[in-house]
Amino acid sequence: MTSTTKGYLDMDLLRFTTAGNVDDGKSTLIGRLLYDSRAIFDDQMEAVERASSKRGNGELDLSLLTDGLRAEREQGITIDVAYRYFATPRRKFIIADTPGHIQYTRNMVTGASTANLAIILVDARKGMQEQTSRHAFIASLLGIPHVVFCINKMDLVDYDEKAFHAIKDQLEDFSSKLEVRDLNFIPISALRGDNVVKRSTNMDWYQGTTLMYLLENIHIAGDLNHIDRRFPVQHVIRPMTEEWHDFRGFAGQIDAGIFRVGESVQVLPSGFQSTIKSIHVGDREAQEAFAPQSVVMTLSDEIDISRGDMISGTNNLPQTGQDIHVMLCWLNQKPLQPGGKYALKHTTRDARCMVKEVAYKMDINTLRRLESDKAIGMNDIGRVHLRTTVPLHYDLYTRNRNTGSLILIDEATNETVAAGMIV
Amino acid sequence: MSSTHSYRLTHLKELESESMFILREVAAQFERPALLFSGGKDSIVCFHLARKAFFPSKVPFPLLHVDTGHNFGETIAFRDRLVGKYGVELLVGSVQKSIDEGKVVEETGYYASRNKLQINTLLEAIETNKIDCAIGGARRDEEKARAKERVFSHRDEFGQWDPKNQRPELWNLYNGRKLVGEHFRAFPISNWTEMDVWQYILLEQIEIPSLYFSHEREVFERDGVIYANSPFMKLKPDEKPFMKRVRFRTIGDMSCTGAVDSPASTLEEIIEEVASTRTTERGSRMDDKRSEAAMEDRKKEGYF
Repeated sequence: MTSTTKGYLDMDLLRFTTAGNVDDGKSTLIGRLLYDSRAIFDDQMEAVERASSKRGNGELDLSLLTDGLRAEREQGITIDVAYRYFATPRRKFIIADTPGHIQYTRNMVTGASTANLAIILVDARKGMQEQTSRHAFIASLLGIPHVVFCINKMDLVDYDEKAFHAIKDQLEDFSSKLEVRDLNFIPISALRGDNVVKRSTNMDWYQGTTLMYLLENIHIAGDLNHIDRRFPVQHVIRPMTEEWHDFRGFAGQIDAGIFRVGESVQVLPSGFQSTIKSIHVGDREAQEAFAPQSVVMTLSDEIDISRGDMISGTNNLPQTGQDIHVMLCWLNQKPLQPGGKYALKHTTRDARCMVKEVAYKMDINTLRRLESDKAIGMNDIGRVHLRTTVPLHYDLYTRNRNTGSLILIDEATNETVAAGMIV
Repeated sequence: MSSTHSYRLTHLKELESESMFILREVAAQFERPALLFSGGKDSIVCFHLARKAFFPSKVPFPLLHVDTGHNFGETIAFRDRLVGKYGVELLVGSVQKSIDEGKVVEETGYYASRNKLQINTLLEAIETNKIDCAIGGARRDEEKARAKERVFSHRDEFGQWDPKNQRPELWNLYNGRKLVGEHFRAFPISNWTEMDVWQYILLEQIEIPSLYFSHEREVFERDGVIYANSPFMKLKPDEKPFMKRVRFRTIGDMSCTGAVDSPASTLEEIIEEVASTRTTERGSRMDDKRSEAAMEDRKKEGYF
């Protein structure tokens, strides 16, 4: 085995999202991470050089690496979530690069939904702004365990320690209102490369790590829930061949916990108990499996189980109910219809629901609850009571992002119109 | 396994798990999906993942090959062997047939390519076979328009992609609902990079066509790119074929896939080469060189 391969097979995966406005230097930061970790190839670089010179501003515009669609390049803005990839010898990284404009909150929510970490950019000259609080709130609402505030453009404030600490204090104060487990602050200059990949020689007063060091070393194994046991059934496998005549396996991806052969489980909604007879990972049998593995399980008893059912540990069941309270992010032009009916997806279960009540709308800039304004339109976030046609087997979103999340779909257009976090 | 086990997945196993989940969602949400199969490494990895996702059942959907008629012979031989070995159904859409029926007009000249003509044949194959979801091996790291692609990607009744109006895709909740006549594309290895694919092929010992390994072949050079000499390419007066040890980094049509000057003849050597190379895979693809938005434009019309 070559050295390249040996290290590669022992890397883990960190998904992170970046939020910030065009002016905050977000694209430059991503360009810098990709460039300094050698994830940008010569032909991509040549394309950027060609495009930069076409614009005639002389300087190499790293942001051109991340703007993919014609309209984005023409308008110099990012319209949609773009996914970027790079790897260092320690980790592989997936960046969900999301636009920061007010009208694109839906993209930020989308990018944040699968992220373990959020980078929020703050302009050192401007300090905390409305959009900063919005980004931080969304990161917290979407349950991102690690947030890194990058105080950018330090070069434009003469690398001043006081400027950094003033903004840090502001952000810490605001963040105390949020539920974020792990907060970090790094003074950087994405343009000059200070504290991004290489340690800055301009800020001796800063004792912390570079952004890249933090991304490579932050502990993420503890982000997964290994306590509750949750296995939503995705698909029933019945080969009906001679060799596998009576085989009836339940395929799915483990949402939380560790499942072992011989242990007892409970099937929902039927409530029947059984024991795990076998676990298959691809064509290999295993004695145990854990989140987020995709496996097939067989049970010792013949129980009627189909897609949308949940196999759970016996002593720690999910909640079951048809009255679901969610924090809802509205993602569609057509506003939420009070009393309206929507299709709903939760784990592998399809249902329908009715909007019973809007409790309040959030002002996401001040974090105030607007109890008198309950109109939920595009990019609004509010607390909503849904009544579902069938019971859902769920956990609170803060406990389990997989069993605590749902989406709503407009039944006429089939568009995904809302993202819900169960509270 | 002992109780001190760390319960941590490596990144390749996490990607594998995600891809298996996506393939099972496709099988569960659609009535007649098909796996677009080009004989290239990405579609071979997708097929391998599908075998794992449904084991011990057979892969529950057919393969769909859009045959441009300009394939490498090795690709077709590999495809037929794979289909025979795993007993999977094969559907073929023929670009030659579309040309013969007058539905599309062949490009002429030295840079003639059937790449764009595939769109028509693909959409027709999807329609005649009543396919409601075409699974593809496209990756987001390949090209910047693809970086914005959803895992479940909606296509209207004309097969068009509307990049500015895509459905938001959150968590692992994939929305495959559609109206009659519309269809979906699903991309299970969206989050893989070229390096991930190669390391996985090595890890899982997946068989791939011999074209990927260094071999002696008659080639010619055009605009700094080495192409296989074939009846499908018209040589300019000053272009002379010669023998060379090459391999292919991607496999497409003979008329648009450039070869690389490489001695790499094992998977390990290929990985070393990919790790040290400084150009992207698509750098040797003539189909992408046409303009900055070449891929975006083709995708909007219904390309893979």
